[in-house]
Amino acid sequence: MNLTQADFYTLLPVMVLTVWAVALLLVDLFIPKERKGWTAFLAVAGLALTIGFSLSQIGQESSGFFEMVVLDGFSTFVNILLLVSGLMGISLAYSYLKRMGIERGEYYSLMLFSIAGMMLMAQASDLIVVFLALELLSIPLYVLAAFAHPQHDSGEAGIKYFLLGAFSGGFVVYGIALVFGATQSTALAGIAAAALAGTANIPLMLAGSALILVGFSFKVAAVPFHMWTPDVYQGAPTPVTAFMAAGAKIAGFAALMRVFSTAFPSLAVDLAPVLAVLAALTMIVGNVVAVSQTNIKRMLAYSSIAHAGYILMAFVAFGNPAVSATAIAAGIFYLVAYALTNFGSWSIVIALEKEDGKGLELEDYAGLGKSNPLMAAAMTIFMLSLTGIPPTLGLVGKFYLFSAVIAADMYWLAIVGVLTSLISAFYYLRVVVIMYMKDGEPKTLSEPWLNLTWIAMAAITVILGFMPASLFNWASQAIMKLF
Amino acid sequence: MVPVNYYIALSAILFIIGAMGVLVRRNALIIFMSVELMLNAANVALVAFSSANNSLDGQIFVFFIMTVAAAEVAVGLALIVAIFRSKNSINVDEINMLKG
Repeated sequence: MNLTQADFYTLLPVMVLTVWAVALLLVDLFIPKERKGWTAFLAVAGLALTIGFSLSQIGQESSGFFEMVVLDGFSTFVNILLLVSGLMGISLAYSYLKRMGIERGEYYSLMLFSIAGMMLMAQASDLIVVFLALELLSIPLYVLAAFAHPQHDSGEAGIKYFLLGAFSGGFVVYGIALVFGATQSTALAGIAAAALAGTANIPLMLAGSALILVGFSFKVAAVPFHMWTPDVYQGAPTPVTAFMAAGAKIAGFAALMRVFSTAFPSLAVDLAPVLAVLAALTMIVGNVVAVSQTNIKRMLAYSSIAHAGYILMAFVAFGNPAVSATAIAAGIFYLVAYALTNFGSWSIVIALEKEDGKGLELEDYAGLGKSNPLMAAAMTIFMLSLTGIPPTLGLVGKFYLFSAVIAADMYWLAIVGVLTSLISAFYYLRVVVIMYMKDGEPKTLSEPWLNLTWIAMAAITVILGFMPASLFNWASQAIMKLF
Repeated sequence: MVPVNYYIALSAILFIIGAMGVLVRRNALIIFMSVELMLNAANVALVAFSSANNSLDGQIFVFFIMTVAAAEVAVGLALIVAIFRSKNSINVDEINMLKG
């Protein structure tokens, strides 16, 4: 029962990042208040280093710490995606924090801690680790949501996120306890083995898995557990919202995919219909309520709920071995597409946001097409991609997802997906119409890192939209090991 | 020896009381205490299953849950104090600036 190098190698990126975050917290004490840019730079260096380690692990497979964590294609893929999200989160925050007068060094360490939790989530192969990772990613996010203290909005966002996040954590823990009682194991493989051997108490296991699903539905903002999302996304500082919308969703879905496809394949007959209804409800509510929003942050919050619904569609096939591999690959492909587009659109929201919190209404985008054509073009690309209109990555993501759903013979769900995409065209294209058709003089911020983010995201969204095959193949290879 | 079912019934009751508390009560502190009750309901279930199954995994997990709960308390109370300082109230119905 000794730990070997292989154990540590399995978890290397997470450990590097955690140690870096702890060190950064200390180093930050010695960085003078007006030089907090150094902290940001050091955080980026840590993320870059970790990306290096993650890249070096591509193609490697191992498990460590007595099968508590695994390293495989799926975890490496998700880890890299999360680290890139972290980089973008920092590039959005760098000038924003200074401008809003909330430049505090803890921001970057908290962000690194949260990313470490998300990466642990992707590598977890035991429910104990799943729970620890969930809390490690959530607790820094609670603080980050309230980061603009003493602004009222931000504190309110923090407390709402905290109370509902802790509530959902309670569901996950109780679900894990029931699953443990039913199968005498907390290891994902052990749970599946117990169910296969017939030693598991199936009703108890079903109840446990349902509670775990409820807890994760809170995290990924699936209807009917989405109530916190608009308030938290609106009140939290915008870079935090962008990071939360992408990172927490990626990690939540990564854990759902891993747990459900590794531990609960035997429950697929019972769970798949529940997941299908959840996906349909999430798409419908998210898209329909988004139509009536006038605040861009709230609108994007409902849009992120709707996208959680699309990604949930990838799960309906998980009991059907013929299509589940492609469905999950389509799911993580969609996560990539969503994360890129999401960061792009939030960076433009930041460019238009004023110091006093104004500039967040849809009307504030009037005239952007004339005053800053490049930015308006980029925003148009993001809106088209979120709707799923060619030539963008969003279309390809939806195409893969819908074809997986159709391959699983869930025609009604595909129809709901297409119809809700139509509804979403209304509110996404309204932004485009306002930018080009209405007159106004919006003042935009030009800051190198921010500009780089939205220009790069717009370019990637279009370029990958034309050649998605390589990314999709990587995604499919990544999930091979899950089955 | 008390059968394991009794413990599970107890933990289920505790969990439901906790969940109802979160949904019904309006004071942020009480909501928070209800969340802790939910976590402790899970602890009771884990310890009971652990002893019934003769495996230590569940008891180890309880230690992790207690540690995480302590970390959550630190962050949660800090948030509640910050809200109280700025609004002079921790009634969640009065924390309602964000809507739409």
